[in-house]
Amino acid sequence: MLVNTPEQLKNTPLHEKHIALGAKMVPFSGWNMPVQYTGIIDEHLHTREKAGLFDICHMGEFMLKGPAVEKDLNKLLSRRVDDLTPGKCRYSFMLNEGGGIIDDLIVYRTSGEEFMLVVNAGTISKDREWVKKNISSGTKFLDESDRTAKLDLQGPSSGDIMAGLLGDKTVNGLKRFNFTHIKVNDTTTMLSRTGYTGELGYELFMPVSAAEEVWDTLMGFEDVRPIGLGARDTLRLEAGYSLYGSDIDEEHTPLEANLERFVSFDKDFTGKDALLEQKEEGPGRLLTGFICEGRRSARSHFKVLREGKEIGEVTSGAFSPCLKKGIGLCYLNKEFSVEGKEIILTDGKVEIEAKVKSLPIYEHS
Amino acid sequence: MIPEDLKYTEKHEWVKLEGDKVTIGITDYAQGELGDITFIELPSSGSSVNQSDSIATVESVKAASDVYAPVSGEILEVNESLEGAPETINQSPYENGWMCKVKVSDETQLDGLMDAAGYGAYLEGLK
Repeated sequence: MLVNTPEQLKNTPLHEKHIALGAKMVPFSGWNMPVQYTGIIDEHLHTREKAGLFDICHMGEFMLKGPAVEKDLNKLLSRRVDDLTPGKCRYSFMLNEGGGIIDDLIVYRTSGEEFMLVVNAGTISKDREWVKKNISSGTKFLDESDRTAKLDLQGPSSGDIMAGLLGDKTVNGLKRFNFTHIKVNDTTTMLSRTGYTGELGYELFMPVSAAEEVWDTLMGFEDVRPIGLGARDTLRLEAGYSLYGSDIDEEHTPLEANLERFVSFDKDFTGKDALLEQKEEGPGRLLTGFICEGRRSARSHFKVLREGKEIGEVTSGAFSPCLKKGIGLCYLNKEFSVEGKEIILTDGKVEIEAKVKSLPIYEHS
Repeated sequence: MIPEDLKYTEKHEWVKLEGDKVTIGITDYAQGELGDITFIELPSSGSSVNQSDSIATVESVKAASDVYAPVSGEILEVNESLEGAPETINQSPYENGWMCKVKVSDETQLDGLMDAAGYGAYLEGLK
């Protein structure tokens, strides 16, 4: 977590709403963000049962436009974008020459010659420099992060809520990793069927000036409660989604992160040679889930042991509100990344018994 | 909000004196800062502790924290019901969420603790 003095922290357009709702605010990637309102467990379970509304205004949005934009992004991203039609989006990586992950992002094709990249808050400036350096001179780049608000509505009730707002036709036709433009009251909003919780859900993009109005409209539905970054983290961890900066970074490749399915080897891209080389031998370590035997959880940087020998390191760990056990992600020497394998997680003082779990760690039935 | 009959430490433990015994727990402020408590490791009855030793570990969803002995002495009893229901500490930090009882070996250590007014002022200073 980036530590800033309070003076340097940025507030989202929903800051007053969070304070009025009694949120506990924390610094996160340079922003003053709500970590919880009523409590992480309560908010987590509510999102799994009904619907949660998340202020995600801190994340970054880049617009890229021009005749060569498709070619530029095909080179810049691990997945192809040339077969992406307007109205569809894709999870992808931006890699360095060594195959290390500069960022994980979602690429949206908004029209034939225009794309949007949605990137992590903590990597906005790094990503901006990298993208600008690696696109053709004719491709226009705009960092829209400060002008764009993002709200996530996630949970099993979110479909009914969106249908209540927009009508069944718009909502039922919107498949996973598809997006469309809608009107919330009078504001044009981009509605994307994507998310970071493992539930049915949507991400909404709108001008900063409209954020409060859209927030109020969604909060007006009975099933909706505000959810902080604390529950966002436990929800994504149960779903087995990586967090940039914790589980994935420039020191790890998508192959090591067990995310090869988000790499298109049938085209050229930055980092491909390094990945092909690694693929030949197979990555030595793999990002793997674990479930602890009890309520105590391992935390980031705990060592993973088996028969007294170090075989890996924990990158994320928390209490799972759904499983009522400690869960997390760790890099494990490849041979141990096998479902059910017994491991010990330790910080040198505490030893926690756990078992390897393939992802997702928890799946809502 | 802050019970008048208890004494407090700067690390947010409370102490209730009864004869030569004290009951120990963490304050309402501490449980609020930790958030949902999901696990507790309690000390063993019969063990001796020195003032400022870690006597328990509490874990919340996202973090682990130590609880320190406000005084030296012998652990007489621990609140085992917390192991199955650690959220009791969130719900009732000053009553049902008590953690252990200690036979005090040096009563002068109690003089170094804050009273309710002192702890209230201390919390104000943290804001």
